[in-house]
Parts: sequence; C-alpha cells; structure tokens
Amino acid sequence: MTSSTQARTQPTWRYLLGIRLRVWQQNLAQFWSDLRRHPVALIAGVVIIIYILAAIFAPQITIHDPERGSLRQRLVPPAWEAEGSWSYPLGTDGQGRDIYTRIVYGARVSLAVGLLSVGISVLVGLTLGSLAGYFRGRLDSILSRFADLLMAFPFLIFAIGVMAFMGPGFTNLIMALTFKGWVEFFRLARGEVMSEKTKEYVEAARVTGQQHWQIILREILPNIIQSTFVLATLRMGFLIVTEASLSFLGLGIQPPTPAWGSMVAEGRNFLINAWWVSTVPGLAIVILVLAINLFGEGLRDILDPRLRIE
Amino acid sequence: MRLVKVVERLLAAIPIMLGVAIIVFVFMRLTPGDPVDIMMGQGGAVSEGEIERLRSEFNLDKPIHVQLGLFLADLARGDLGNSFSKQQPVAKLIGERLPATIELAFGALLFGLLIAFPVGILSAVRQNSLLDRLSMGGAFLGISMPAFWLGIILILIFSVNLKWLPVQGRIDYDANLQEVTGLYVLDSILTGNRTALVSSLKHLILPSISLGAAVAAIVARVLRSSLLEILRSDYIRLARAKGAGEPRVVLVHALRNALIPTVTVVGLQVGVLLGGNMIVETVFGWPGLGRLVVEAIFNRDFPLVQGAVMVYAFTFVAASLVVDILYTYLNPKIEL
Repeated sequence: MTSSTQARTQPTWRYLLGIRLRVWQQNLAQFWSDLRRHPVALIAGVVIIIYILAAIFAPQITIHDPERGSLRQRLVPPAWEAEGSWSYPLGTDGQGRDIYTRIVYGARVSLAVGLLSVGISVLVGLTLGSLAGYFRGRLDSILSRFADLLMAFPFLIFAIGVMAFMGPGFTNLIMALTFKGWVEFFRLARGEVMSEKTKEYVEAARVTGQQHWQIILREILPNIIQSTFVLATLRMGFLIVTEASLSFLGLGIQPPTPAWGSMVAEGRNFLINAWWVSTVPGLAIVILVLAINLFGEGLRDILDPRLRIE
Repeated sequence: MRLVKVVERLLAAIPIMLGVAIIVFVFMRLTPGDPVDIMMGQGGAVSEGEIERLRSEFNLDKPIHVQLGLFLADLARGDLGNSFSKQQPVAKLIGERLPATIELAFGALLFGLLIAFPVGILSAVRQNSLLDRLSMGGAFLGISMPAFWLGIILILIFSVNLKWLPVQGRIDYDANLQEVTGLYVLDSILTGNRTALVSSLKHLILPSISLGAAVAAIVARVLRSSLLEILRSDYIRLARAKGAGEPRVVLVHALRNALIPTVTVVGLQVGVLLGGNMIVETVFGWPGLGRLVVEAIFNRDFPLVQGAVMVYAFTFVAASLVVDILYTYLNPKIEL
C-alpha cells in the first residue's frame, strides 16, 4: 500500500463513520417518534426501565435484609390490610423477611438470567446461523440437523433435564437455557442470510473485492439485526418465565437468594392464612413479562412490519 | 399414494428419535460421578468387590461406544432400565403414571380449544370491537402468566375462599372407583359410578385451566389473525356475493382454511402441555409423570429422569408427526 492511498483512506474512513453515526441518529429519532405513536409499547418500555433501575439500585431503595428476617415479624400482612404496617409494604414471608425487598432483589436474578441467556443465545445463534446460511455445505447440514434434534425437545423439559443432570445454580441455569435457546436465532439468521445473499448489494460488495467476513459483518448483518432484536425481546419474556418455573420447582436459583419462582413456591405453604406470600412475587413476574411481551410486539410493528400479526 | 408418504414420514422420525436418545445418553455421561457412586452415596460402607459387581451390572466397565450401543438396544426393546430409588423398571413406573398425565393433558387441551375457538372467531368477525380488545388483552395475559402462578391464584379463589373445588389430587378417597383404563373420568363413566365422575371432574377443572390457559391464548391469537386475513380474500367475497349467510361464510368457508395454521400451532402446544405438566402437577399434587420426574430429580434417580425425558421428547416428535399428516388432509396443496 502506498502512502498516498493511506492518506486517502484515513479521511474516507472518518467520513464513512460520520455517515454511520448520522444514520444511527436519524434511525434513533425515527424510532423514538414511532414509539411515541405506540402508547402501549411506550408504557411497557417505561415499566421495563423501572424494573431495571430497581434491580440496579436494590440496596438503595430497600431497608431490610433480603435473605434474613426476624421470626417475630413472620407473615405480617401487606400495609393496606388491617394488621399491616408500612415498614413492610407488601408484607413478610414465613421467615419474617420483607417481601418488597425480596422482590426488588429478585428482579436482579430474573433480569440477569433473561439478559445473559438471551445475549448468549443471540451471539451463538447469529454467528452459527450466518455462517451456515452464507457458506451452506457440510457445516450448514450438520448444524441444521443438530438444531432440528434440539427442536425435538420441548423447551421446559430440556431445561429441566439439563438442570437435573448438572445440578442447580446460576451458571448451570444460564447454560440450560442457552443450550436450546440459540436454535431460534440460528434458524432466523440462517434463513435471512440465505435470502439476503442472493440480493444485488451483496453481489456488488463481492465485485468490489470485499472478503466474506466483511460482507457478512458489514453488509448483511445490519439488515438482519432488527428482526433479531425483535425476536430477542420476545424470547426474553419466555426465558424469564422458564427461569421462574425452574426456580419454582427448586431446580433454579437456590434459597436463600431471592428469586421470584422460589418465593412463589415457598408461599404455597401459607396459602390459607397468608395469601400474599405467594401471589405478590408472582405478580412481579406477570407484570415484567407482560411488559416485555407488549414492548416486543410494539417493536415488531415498528421495526419489522413484515412479521406483523393483525 | 398418500399412505406411502405417511410411511415415509414415519421412517424419517426414526433418526430424530435416535438423535434424541443419543443426546440424553451424552448428558447422562456428563453428569459428575457415575450411577454407582450416586447409589453408594445413598448407602453405607460397601466393599470394593461389591462396587465392581455393580459397575459391571450397569455396564460401566465397558468402553463408551459399547455402552451407547447397549443403551440403544435396550431402548429399542422398550427397556428403560431400573429406577434407583424405587427398585422397579422405569418403563413400568412411567406406565403407571401416564394415564393421569394424559387425562390432564386432554382436559387442558379441551379447555384451551373450547376457549380459543369462540374467542378467536368472534374477535376476527368483530375486529377492533370492545370484545376483540378485551379478549386479545386477555390472550396477552395468558401468554405472559406462568402456569404455577395461575394455578395458585385459582386455588386461592376457588378452593380456599369459595371452597367449590378441591386443592389437590385426582379423586376423593371415598369415591370407590374401579380402575379400568386409568383415566378416572372415563373409568367412572364406564363403571357407571356417578360419585366418582363428579369427584374426578371437580379435581380436573383447576389443573386443566392452569395448563390450558396458555394454549387458549396462543391458539385464539393465531386463529384470529389467520381468519382476518382469509376474510379479506377473493373467494370469501365470492361466497358472500353468491348469497351465503355470514355465519356460513365464516364457519364453513373461512374456518376451514384458517384451521391450517391453527393446527400447526396446536401441535406445537403439545410441547407446552408436556413441559407445563411438571409445573401444574406439582402445584396440584397431581400424581402423573411430571410429579414422578420432579421427585426423581431430587432423589438423583437418573434412569427414571432419563426415561421420562425420553418419553416426553418422543411424544413431542409423535405429535409433530400427527400434525404434519393432519396438515395434508386440511390442505391438499401441501405435499408431505
């Protein structure tokens, strides 16, 4: 490479980055104005942000210990009930622990599991799917067969099976959820890359001498990232429910760490005299998952109208 | 001709089942400690010779590919090994629990479809009406709600507060039901036992709703959206122009085609029913396969867990197969 071309590539690179940034800015502005015309998705987004903030600032917005209670304060009802008190706004559980505090800390578990398992699934699925869809051949047929095999297991059964063999715990939980979670993203990416690859802009990129990895990364991926994002949002709600179900069965996060699923399970023993112990943590799951699903649907309408359901 | 295709499809399912079995086997091997260690962990001091004897009984002393071969050969004969905790053949234990699980799955599917069809059809016909908005909102809730939480809410309302329905189990102890098939509702009808029929139906209601709610929600949404699309198509306009009444247009002309995507989704829901079954059976103390597996997991009874996971996966594969075949009957355009 001569010094003159180097001199020319530097500004071009910056120029291109400038365009990228401006496109991003425009996209963001467009996205924001679309979102404002979608009040349900907007409210859902706000709810999700509240959950995320609560998870991050858990120690600041709670006063009790999430794992230790006092037995003298067992089964105190929520504040609005006759015997309730505002120092335990949502009541206490069978060990005298503040349910509000435990729900706030439980948000950490649910969101961490949701984000991590979706994140890893997207990474693995997108990488393998792009490679399989772009290069086809033997790699594609092996990966696709394997994906088909994993599809033969119902999701929860697979996760329960993996947890049964590997034992409970946070890392194992993430692994159990991603072992099968990547398949959906793999199928999406593979299909999209296969159809994008035949389009003219990819051919043009090849003619200008771009490498395969450059074409995948720079030309094709930006075009499939939106549908991936939509799918990721919708899968996250599902994975959070799955984590809660595993913890409910005692196979996920182990007590005393607060997780919503295990809180509901513990509360079952007090259904007759203390309804709140089990129902309130469950409500935390329902609201979060509802918000994520509504946000995902809104996102789909905005970003990927092809997938829209009437 | 069609029969040939069906047989072809059946044969194509065999490698998938084989793959499922191999995946389960691999997971078994990845488990820390071998089965004998786990069994010893539960017992007391055992001599070295005893351990060796057990190892060779479980074929653990042979190379891994031989173990896989033996495992698959046993599987082909329907031998799923022996349960550690119950000292009985796994296949027998699973067989005993299967009727309860099948009964619950039928109850849930029936509930799901009974809700989904009227709701889906009415929402499509009256698009954007209050009814449509309410039911689609409800469907969203149904998808977002964990089955265990719904079950607990139902128990609180209908068992604890109203005392209408029982909390746990399949039937009252004093019903004196004579078992024929193991499906209690069917057995009560067969033996003409009215007390048992009432009791078993009462026990079945809440678990079926908990398990079937998600099915109802998903099927209603798909049915609605595919009906909406079809109601705008030319052949429906033709049917209307020829003077067919609206109910006939919707129920006869449109519904048949809307069933095609719906059947696929119902087929996929079998997976949800199977997975949710462990959860709901735990909530309601339903003595089916799901409870058996959950108990087996805590007893570290691996042959039992492995056998049950395989039964679940095989059922799911079989269900997809049935859906595929049904699909061609609904839509002759599709080749198997």
